[in-house]
Parts: sequence; C-alpha cells; structure tokens
Amino acid sequence: MKKFINKVDDVLIESLSGFASAHHDLVALNTDPLFLTRKQKATNKVAIISGGGSGHEPLHAGYIGYGMLDAACPGHVFTSPTPDQMLAAAEAVHAERGILFIVKNYAGDVMNFEMAAEMLPFESATVLTCDDCAVINSTYTTGRRGVAGTVIVEKCVGSLAETGADLQACKALGDKVNSRTASMGVALTSCTVPAAGRPTFDIDDNELEMGVGIHGEPGRKREAMREADAIVQDVVSAILDALKPTPNSEALLLINGFGATPLMELYLIYNTASRLFTEHGIKIARSLVGNYTTALDMAGASITLCLLDEEIKQHWDSPVHTAALRWGR
Amino acid sequence: MKTSFILSAADSIRDAILDHESELESLDRAIGDGDHYINMKRGAAAIVELHTELAALTADAALNKIGLKLLSTIGGASGPLLASFFMSMAKVLKENNDDAITTYAAAFSAGAEAIQHRGKAALGEKTMLDVLIPVAQQFSALAASNTEIKAICQALMLTAEEGMLATKALIATKGRAAGLGERAIGHIDPGAKSCQLMINAVCGQLLLSQP
Repeated sequence: MKKFINKVDDVLIESLSGFASAHHDLVALNTDPLFLTRKQKATNKVAIISGGGSGHEPLHAGYIGYGMLDAACPGHVFTSPTPDQMLAAAEAVHAERGILFIVKNYAGDVMNFEMAAEMLPFESATVLTCDDCAVINSTYTTGRRGVAGTVIVEKCVGSLAETGADLQACKALGDKVNSRTASMGVALTSCTVPAAGRPTFDIDDNELEMGVGIHGEPGRKREAMREADAIVQDVVSAILDALKPTPNSEALLLINGFGATPLMELYLIYNTASRLFTEHGIKIARSLVGNYTTALDMAGASITLCLLDEEIKQHWDSPVHTAALRWGR
Repeated sequence: MKTSFILSAADSIRDAILDHESELESLDRAIGDGDHYINMKRGAAAIVELHTELAALTADAALNKIGLKLLSTIGGASGPLLASFFMSMAKVLKENNDDAITTYAAAFSAGAEAIQHRGKAALGEKTMLDVLIPVAQQFSALAASNTEIKAICQALMLTAEEGMLATKALIATKGRAAGLGERAIGHIDPGAKSCQLMINAVCGQLLLSQP
C-alpha cells in the first residue's frame, strides 16, 4: 500500500479536518460525535441529512450547502455511521420542518439510520436510494445498492427543500428520482482500504469486474478486459434493460469515476455512452462527468442515467453551492 | 448473573476476537469487504474500556450499556445487530430478576429474535443467525430440562461450531455475502464465525467459574 497517510487511524479525521478547513465558508465539522453541517444553519425548511461509510468522497460531505444537504454523517471507511451521529446531526440542523434522511441501500446504513429514526425526537422520513442495476441482491444488502445516482437524489431533494416544501413532498421527489435512475459500474483495479493495507480483491491486468459496487464488492461477473466501446455497450444495455425508457425520453447522463480513472477516460466513456443512448432514442439533456461517488483508489467508472421530467429538470438546474457541486450562485 | 461475570466474559470475547485476526480478516475478504475484524476489534475494545463504569451497574443495566456502546462504536450492520441483541437481552433480565437458567435462555432467545427482526433474516441465509438460532433453541430446551450448567455450556459450544461450519455450504441470501450467489459457497460467513467465537468465549468463561 502506498498512500498519503500519517497514522492509519487518523486518516479520516485528518481528511475531514482538511475538508472543513478548505471549505470553511461552507461547512462546519463536529468531531464527537462525527458530523458536518452547513456553516450557516438554514431555517424553516426540511433538514436533509445523508451519510454513509467514508471513502466515497466527495459523497456526502462535499454536497453540504445551499441547495443540497444540511448535514452529513461520515462513518469509518466503507462502514456505516452510527445512530448517535445521526441524532446529533439532526439536533444541530433541525429547523422545525422535520428531518429527511437520504440513505444508500446497504444493510448497515439502513439499520443504523433506522435505529436513529426510531430514537429521534422529531418527525422524520427516509429516502432509500437503490440505483445500482448490476445485481438484485448484493453484498450487505437486500435489494439493489445505492450508488452514484444518490448524488442526483440529493441535488433534487435539496433543491425542493429550499422552496419550503414539506417533508412528504421532499420524500416523494426523492423516491421518484430514485425510481427513474439506474447505474452500473466497472472496476479495472481494486481499491485498498487504509486500515486493511492491501487490495480488497484480486484482479488480473487482463480482467475487469462488471457491475462492481462502490466498496469493491463483486458485481455481475469477472470478464476479460476489452476495448472501451464494448465495455460501455454492456453497461448501457444493462441500464436500458433496467429503466426501459420510452423513445424521446430526456435524460441526465452521469459518468462517475471511482477514484483512479482520469477525466480523460471518463470523457471518453461519456462520448460512447451518450452516442449509444442517443441511438436508442434518448435525448441526453443534462450531463455530469467527474469523480462524484468514488471507491477510494479503485480504477473504474460507473454510468448513471436519470430519466428527467419537468420537475426533476427544474430541481437539477436550480442553484447549488456546495464544495463538490456549484452552479447558479 | 453478576456484573463481574459479564466483565470477565467481555475480556475473553475481546481476547477471542484478537486471537482470530487473520481468520476473521480472510473470511471477510473472501465474501465481504474485509472490515469485519477491524469493526469487531473496535467494539470489543470499547467494552473492555467501559469496565469501571459497567462494574457499578446491575447485570441488565450493564448489558444495556454494552448494547448502546456497540451501537455507537461498531457501525456497519454488525453494530445495530449486536446492539439489538444485548439490549433485548437486558430487557428480559430486567423484567425477570430471578437468576434462573431459564431466564438466561429466554434472554438469549430474545437477543437472537431481535437480530432476526432488525436484520430481516432467517435461518439458512448464511449469517450470524445460523449460529444464534440453533444455540438459542438448544439453550431453551436444555434449561427447561434442568440440565446442569457445565453440560449446557459444552453442548452450546458444539452447536455454535456446527452452525458456523454449516454456513460454508450455504448460498447467502442476506447479509454481507448476498449477491455473490454460488461464489459464496465454500466460505464460512464471517459474522457466523465471530458469533461462534463469542459464544465459545462466554461458555469457556462460565466453565472456568464452575466448581
């Protein structure tokens, strides 16, 4: 393992301290229990809280700020945060309109957020994201996994919450975006969890893992490495199978890097994926390319397609000001 | 049950986890994400650090405190599951302060049921329940038939080991290895292994305390 580390046990807190200090105009860090909030507490709106294992940066803390999250609870690397973090974060950002948790569908995250919601003294609702169409059942979860599509859910729900919409409306939009979004990832190399010190899985130079999860957990199958167009074709087909879009649908296409694949290759993937979707009658109306939901230092990428409607488009386009996404203000 | 027994059992659980570092790590690397040992070690260490605080509590309050501490230190799925186990166990002990073996068996069963409820899993899904459910059933049966503690401990240790080994042949439908399909066959479930280690440690401690 060759990484920028002082002490393995300090990686997370040193990284979060750096994040909070680099973005001190946007976020505030609380260390015990561990959570981050907006610098300026928002008032009279549903408070949107997300969280999950660390190692997926900029998810979730990078999306704290106007138009997205009010708080984020980071767990240890690839390990769910614990209910005391969610309770303290909720206490800090609650603005009299209830709490909406956005949770990626993994057994650990689901159970910890569920226990937090049971202990919470405020009204709350939960949007479970499960956009990964690679596998029906996956490592540590029942049902599809929540992956990069979560960013789109957080963006749209965050935008709606800023308008003063109520808890149920925010949850309904989150569920809608999730149901219209499908993702699938491909890994070319493994990630290495700092505390483990060695690669999570073994993969040869001439292999790829089709349908990999964002923790390096296995997906559909191990396949032979081949040219980019052929790989993208398989992912695009899986997404079309999952979403079954009607012709002339408008969509948002997100190409997400897993941490060790350069933007040059991500744009190459975008080039192929947008052409293939267009050939299937889909109008790519919005796009996002970059590292938005990573898996530490894994090489690989995921493709996410979100079928837009006027409401989703409006909330995707609305102003946002976070460390990782910013437009319109 | 005295709180001092809970404290010494917590010590031997911690030792059992530490002694099986490489085994737990390699099991989880095979069919999970490799962090099970780290999480269990963190949880076990946190309980051992609570010693002074726990020593002042009754047994049920100590178990409840252990549950809450595990909930805030382990994370992942193991945290809420183990926390639910100890907190449910505590509840039964609080309601039945009679020091009867049947009460401890009922408490253990309540713990196993809480895990089933929280994890929405059942027997045969390649999880910790493949150890906990058979052990809970046998514990209740033996306690009801007035079996002596020594024999109960020996039987439960054996049943825990059998349940743990049996996960090797299973396809996972819940828990960390679900989704691997047949790729999970041939690997013992790491959660089942750590549960077996904990049961073994507590029974071993109990045997030591018997005349």
